[in-house]
Amino acid sequence: MQDVAANFINLDVMNITYLFIVGFVGGLVSGFIGSGGAFVLTPAMMSLGVPGLIAVASNMCHKFPKALIGAIKRAKYGQVDVKLGIVLGISAEAGVLYGAHIQESIKKAFGDAGSNLYVSVAFVVILAVVGGFVLRDAWKTYKSGTTNEEETITKLARWVQSINIPGTMVYFKSLNARISVLFTIPLGFATGMLAATIAVGGFIGVPAMIYVLGAPSLMASASELVIAFVMGLGGSFKYAMSGLVDIRLAMIILAGSLFGIQLGAIGTTYVKPFMIKMVMGVIMVIVLFSRALMVPVYLSQLGLIQTLADSTVKVLKTTSFIIMAFALLIGAFIVLKAMWQGRRAEKLLHAGELEHGKV
Amino acid sequence: MASGYNKNVRKKPIGKMIFMGILSVALYAVLLMKQDAINSYFGRGGIYAFLPIITAFVFSYFHGAFTGDFWTVLGVEAKKKKEVK
Repeated sequence: MQDVAANFINLDVMNITYLFIVGFVGGLVSGFIGSGGAFVLTPAMMSLGVPGLIAVASNMCHKFPKALIGAIKRAKYGQVDVKLGIVLGISAEAGVLYGAHIQESIKKAFGDAGSNLYVSVAFVVILAVVGGFVLRDAWKTYKSGTTNEEETITKLARWVQSINIPGTMVYFKSLNARISVLFTIPLGFATGMLAATIAVGGFIGVPAMIYVLGAPSLMASASELVIAFVMGLGGSFKYAMSGLVDIRLAMIILAGSLFGIQLGAIGTTYVKPFMIKMVMGVIMVIVLFSRALMVPVYLSQLGLIQTLADSTVKVLKTTSFIIMAFALLIGAFIVLKAMWQGRRAEKLLHAGELEHGKV
Repeated sequence: MASGYNKNVRKKPIGKMIFMGILSVALYAVLLMKQDAINSYFGRGGIYAFLPIITAFVFSYFHGAFTGDFWTVLGVEAKKKKEVK
């Protein structure tokens, strides 16, 4: 693995500023929904000329310290279920390793285009199914005007909580129930596999905690940060063993993302729980379109459809990246707006309390 | 400490923010000024894998404390728990 360092790019002020800003926006969203910034960071680094593997490795090495800071912050608000995060994190680690192994096999058999196609299809299918479901649920809550009520537990979660498998039952404070850890294994594993594939395990982890286990949205998104920390630490170490982490990139992104994650975490204290689902669902569905655009490119590279003209490929690639960045920005915008409104409402309430009546 | 009632008299951690800020700027200055040396060690892999991991923890400790205080000093804080039912 000698001389990987030769692949590390030169950094100038422009590059640093760019990474800092992308890091900030990514951190803001992660602080709010538990993960989600990473999918833009890898392509953003690659657009600067960073080779794919180094981009993935450096991204991961900024993710675990970021998740740690976010988790500590949200733990102060009482939103983190450390036990659930660690239990899921361990099986997620296994999922990451397996997911990376699948990636390698696909790459060996079908080359880069094959592995890119696999990643894009995974994006599209999972984001369509899970993202569609999450967004629909958030929208229904919004429309029904029950945003102030406690979240109801799904039938599935109620069933999971009712199953008693002796010797495997563990109490989790976020669920306020004892469940069998056996249920957490496939969920964590799937989270890890997704993280290894599309860099954002939280798109499975958070909805799984909410809908399958019955955790409140706020606690699910906060505990996801613990999972991200566990997964990210293991993953970073694995990449660092091969000398693939460009620590400068990782730390510059971290510089921006720590500002963002603190703000995102603060934001969760001002919003109603369904907003977590709303932001997550919106991002997932927009990203889905971004990846869907790339599917024909990879199909044509594999010779499965007619070869596309270079100019078409370029347009599709650029559009895809823009849509992806847009997804993140819109997520950040919703978070900031919700926070702004929450703060204003609180100030007005405070003023009203002081002046009795006049609000 | 004679603080007033429960109004906004809470002390802002300005001193701590500046201290942590200086430390974190110093860390970044070293990282960027010595990047060639750092890259050559950090990119070696194997047992050297501990270097980036430890670095990440150190940076997150100082910079994390700084960014946290930064928003507090700006007045952006979590909603106060005041269940109005």
